[in-house]
Amino acid sequence: MLVTLIRRFSKPYLPYIGAVVFFQLASTIAALYLPSLNAQIIDEGVSRGDTDYIWRTGGVMLGVALVQVATAIAGVYFGSKAAMAFGRDLRRGVFRQVSSFSAKDVNVFGAPTLITRGTNDVQQVQMLMLMGLNFMVATPIMCIGGIFMALREDLNLSWLVWVSVPLLVVVVGYIVVRLMPLFRSMQKKIDRLNGILREQIIGIRVVRAFVREPHEAERFGAANKELTDVSLKIGALFVLMFPAIGMILHISTAAVLWFGGQRVDAGEMQVGSLTAFLQYLLQILMAVMMGTFMAMMIPRASVCADRIGEVLDVEPSIHETLTPVAPAAKAGRVEFRNVSFAYPGAEAPVLSGISFTAEPGQTVAIIGSTGAGKTSLLSLLPRLYDADSGEVLLDGVPLTQLDRSEITQRVAMVPQRPYLFSGTIEHNLRFGRPEATDEQLWDALTVAQAADFVREKKDGLGARISQGGTNVSGGQRQRLCIARALVTEPKVFLFDDSFSALDVATDARLRRALKSKTADATVIIVGQRVSTIADADQILVLDNGRIVDRGTHEELLQSSSTYQEIVESQLTAEAVA
Amino acid sequence: MSTNEKVELEPAGPESGAGSSAAGSSGAGPGDDFYEEEFTPGEADGGMFGNLPAKKAQHFWPSAKRLMGLLKPERTGIIAVLAMVTVAVVLNVVAPRILGQAMDVIFGGVVGKQLPAGGTKEQFVEGLRAQGQDNFADMLAKMNVVPGAGVDFQQLAFLISVVLVMYFVANIFLWLQGYVLNVLVMRVVRRLRDDTETKLNRLPLNYFDTRQRGDILSRVTNDVDNIQQALQQAFAQLVNSALTVIGIVIMMFIVSWQLALIALVALPLSAVAAGIIGSRSQKLFAAQWKNTGELNGQIEESFSGHDLVRVFGRDADMLARFDERNEALYQASFGAQFVSGMIMPVMQFVSYLSYVGIAVVGGLRVASGGMSLGDATAFIQYSREFTQPLGQMAGMANMLQSGVASAERVFEFLDAEEQDAETATEQLPAKTDGHVEFRHVTFSYTPDKPLIEDLSFTAEPGHTVAIVGPTGAGKTTLVNLVMRFYELQGGSITLDGVDITHLSRAELRAKVGMVLQDAWLFGGTIYDNIRYGKLDATEDQVMEAAKATFVDRFVRALPDGYNTIIDEEGNNVSAGEKQLITIARAFVANPSLLILDEATSSVDTRTEVLVQKAMAALRTDRTSFVIAHRLSTIRDADTILVMEAGRIVEQGAHAQLLDLKGAYYRLYMSQFAGEDAETAFSENTANDATAVHS
Repeated sequence: MLVTLIRRFSKPYLPYIGAVVFFQLASTIAALYLPSLNAQIIDEGVSRGDTDYIWRTGGVMLGVALVQVATAIAGVYFGSKAAMAFGRDLRRGVFRQVSSFSAKDVNVFGAPTLITRGTNDVQQVQMLMLMGLNFMVATPIMCIGGIFMALREDLNLSWLVWVSVPLLVVVVGYIVVRLMPLFRSMQKKIDRLNGILREQIIGIRVVRAFVREPHEAERFGAANKELTDVSLKIGALFVLMFPAIGMILHISTAAVLWFGGQRVDAGEMQVGSLTAFLQYLLQILMAVMMGTFMAMMIPRASVCADRIGEVLDVEPSIHETLTPVAPAAKAGRVEFRNVSFAYPGAEAPVLSGISFTAEPGQTVAIIGSTGAGKTSLLSLLPRLYDADSGEVLLDGVPLTQLDRSEITQRVAMVPQRPYLFSGTIEHNLRFGRPEATDEQLWDALTVAQAADFVREKKDGLGARISQGGTNVSGGQRQRLCIARALVTEPKVFLFDDSFSALDVATDARLRRALKSKTADATVIIVGQRVSTIADADQILVLDNGRIVDRGTHEELLQSSSTYQEIVESQLTAEAVA
Repeated sequence: MSTNEKVELEPAGPESGAGSSAAGSSGAGPGDDFYEEEFTPGEADGGMFGNLPAKKAQHFWPSAKRLMGLLKPERTGIIAVLAMVTVAVVLNVVAPRILGQAMDVIFGGVVGKQLPAGGTKEQFVEGLRAQGQDNFADMLAKMNVVPGAGVDFQQLAFLISVVLVMYFVANIFLWLQGYVLNVLVMRVVRRLRDDTETKLNRLPLNYFDTRQRGDILSRVTNDVDNIQQALQQAFAQLVNSALTVIGIVIMMFIVSWQLALIALVALPLSAVAAGIIGSRSQKLFAAQWKNTGELNGQIEESFSGHDLVRVFGRDADMLARFDERNEALYQASFGAQFVSGMIMPVMQFVSYLSYVGIAVVGGLRVASGGMSLGDATAFIQYSREFTQPLGQMAGMANMLQSGVASAERVFEFLDAEEQDAETATEQLPAKTDGHVEFRHVTFSYTPDKPLIEDLSFTAEPGHTVAIVGPTGAGKTTLVNLVMRFYELQGGSITLDGVDITHLSRAELRAKVGMVLQDAWLFGGTIYDNIRYGKLDATEDQVMEAAKATFVDRFVRALPDGYNTIIDEEGNNVSAGEKQLITIARAFVANPSLLILDEATSSVDTRTEVLVQKAMAALRTDRTSFVIAHRLSTIRDADTILVMEAGRIVEQGAHAQLLDLKGAYYRLYMSQFAGEDAETAFSENTANDATAVHS
């Protein structure tokens, strides 16, 4: 997958990559040429006492060094450009893909992991790309070039290369391979330790209430010891790395001097060649070491690439119709026809055989215990999910045959979990309708009983909202979400338990204000509190995904035992009577 | 009622403006904190390439000193480590010189062979001078040459062996010191971790009330990790690199001061180059991190709010915004990578400059007999080994700086004021009745905002005391005081006649079972979570508690039953079910005093009826304090305390209070009067805390 991803997303940047290869080739050759020039200074200049030659060659070396730095910088330029552009495109690819997901597709992964994949994983792969372009091209060139140059200096000593290079690879590789799982294990232990701390902080009242401090300390102590043990193991291996590498380099140096010395003595090799050979060998070994380190990144990045690939490979489950049908009227009439729906992977359907109609101007309320399928029912309307069987119709046209904008323009939802985006209040309110005027925003806020606290804020509509809306209270968040839906002036309102965080009085005021606003619209409301839904035109009592009873409050009080139970659990007996 | 949105659980003075930010942030419930913690972008990986966002310590030196102070208990070890490093560095630095001498032996052999055997070196030098070859004569004079003889292999073998032994010893020492240092550092860090954990348990609760959870968390986790890294990597490297640089400089001067000067010219040159590029790239990296943060934030948001984006049809809009930021990130990160990528070639170039300088000047001096060839090659090696530790030092200094900044934050945490020490002078009788009395209790979270003033009441053994009142009235505070989560400012609370401040906190709390509004469970199985109430509970006791509290019912439906893991995502168990588990947890603890604080707020009303029955069973023979917003829950209480603004305004049984036609009456009627309940209490706002993470 790593290769596929790199191939796919680096295609537009092939010219850059070509430039990277060219410049790095040039800079490596220049770097390799320097020891050879140095050798000439010794052999031609020093041995013969030719100072002119030394100066001349020094000048050439300077020129070569200049070429080296210029080409190296050019290489970095194109390398960074290509890698960052690659990362940008990959990130965009993931974002685009997830944007096209339905709620069902998102649920297969879960939002948190999608976020990690879109941020951290992309970063990892991008980093590999950058390192790859900056080093992985240069390293083999340096290696092969170094070997070539070394052999040119003296063929007979070449066996030193063949011995020392594999030795280094084996030693470094061995340590790295043993370290990798330990590092993974350490990360897990750190996560666990931090997890315990997090639990202690969040649950501090419970810990103290049950006097579980000693227990927690024990749990923490054990995790701390485990972490320390792994860290010690890693340390023991890790500190071996550099002394081992150093030893290999030094033994190689000694070997070159010893065996080279013999060849020099025999007159088969010049002293300058000997020093050059030594330099080349060291360059080769350094390159090999770098290469081995870089290779460490590959497994990690390839895991990330696989995770990204999984996202990119998903075929979005909800398709836009290519031949949309335009509805005759756009009043907001909603009809469910024998709808059944199950979450992917679930054994039992959450909804089965749901049929009802909600006319414009009507309020349909849905009540039932947790897990009865109320939220699932609502989420079918904006096509967050598609029904498995049966049909959901909006103004007489099945949702699957409508253009998506037809739905989004006419249906607005206030979700159960009130979610706000970071930015300002204003920006959140305009989310569904960017062109709304300030007047419209205030109007919506007034209906949602949010005008007062927004006005109290120093910046009014411009007040900051933190991510998720955590800097306003749950009740305020809920009312802002209601206002956001009101701003779009939809034909169909979906309220998913949207008044739960409001106190009774505010709830009552809000619903009264809402009435005039939604006079012509279809309102579908999910509620827990009987008082919230009592005046609906039609109440659907949902149990285990089926509509068990329907009717008005009064009718249901007579006919539905489930409804009675719910009511009784909330009101006192006298009140019902 | 302007305060009716605030959550009473958060006692940071719900009425105080100053406390409202803390209440707002932590009042959002744990769900949001998880959220914030979970996806902090690139946190774990940022360090890898040394481009962490720069953190600065405010009092660098005092904090650095204290950080070093942590190593004090390991003093002997540290000294041993330093000694080993010094030996290793000295050996490493001297060895190239010996290698140079080996080179001289070879070179001497070459020259020696060219001379006919028989004469002495001096004769040849004389001869050369006579021929006018002064340069060559000078060089020869400096060399150890036996005319006619080749390379002195005995001498060569000796020198090479010496070098190998030196390197061997040096590397052994390097390895040893690394090993020892790692052990020491891990010991220190482990202690530090234990200290922070212990500290957590000693801090008063209002420490947690007045601070962002995320901030505390990051101090005890990320910052400690950061210290570990700094100590483990930066500390040793810094010492090693600094000693190496000093050693090399000394050796360079010993070998040839002229060449040393050339090499040292490179030093300021590379410092300036690194400084210019470094400061530029740091700015660019900061921009890159800022952009990364923003973009990742947007990705987080778009993905978390995916449903909303779909419902409102904003996909195209979001993509456009994403593209804009993505492009900005590309520009910033390209700049950062390019500029920082330039450091290496530029440093390399500077080192090449000194290389060329040494090659030329060294060559000239060797040719003129000013120095030996071996010294020149040794010098080249020195100059190469010189730049590497310099670069390392820069990187390590950054790391150490960030480590000190973290240490400062951890120290701040460790220095925070602790809760009052235990002053247990009395003990409870073996069998507690659960007689609780408040006598003239005065308490507030912040001195300038009085909350509870001169409050007195008595809870008789076995009675159920219900506490009702609007948000901010002090209901949760009241029960928190029973638990001694906070210390009183005046008056006293007694349990069975004993002042609770005369008891150890552990003894007091062991007698009390508490079910909180926010259903906190730890990451583990349902079984373990129930057993948390009584660690030595038998399986039967756990099952009994589960059945009595209707946990058993839904657990049986889960594929893994009691072994279902509750995790932070918590997708498998609903908020209401979590609340039931916390009730079971209190049940299994079998306390003599029970506190139920909005224990059923997330349970749907029909389930609640069942739970009510369970709790009724739980309450028999136990003194119970119940805070609930559903009046059906409290109707049957023996005593109802109606609180307003920290005072008990009415007190009595349900029927009595209704007859009063006062605050309780209004509150009660508003429950089903619905539409006209303008004056009603805002009981349901208490839902705020739980609504978020459901």
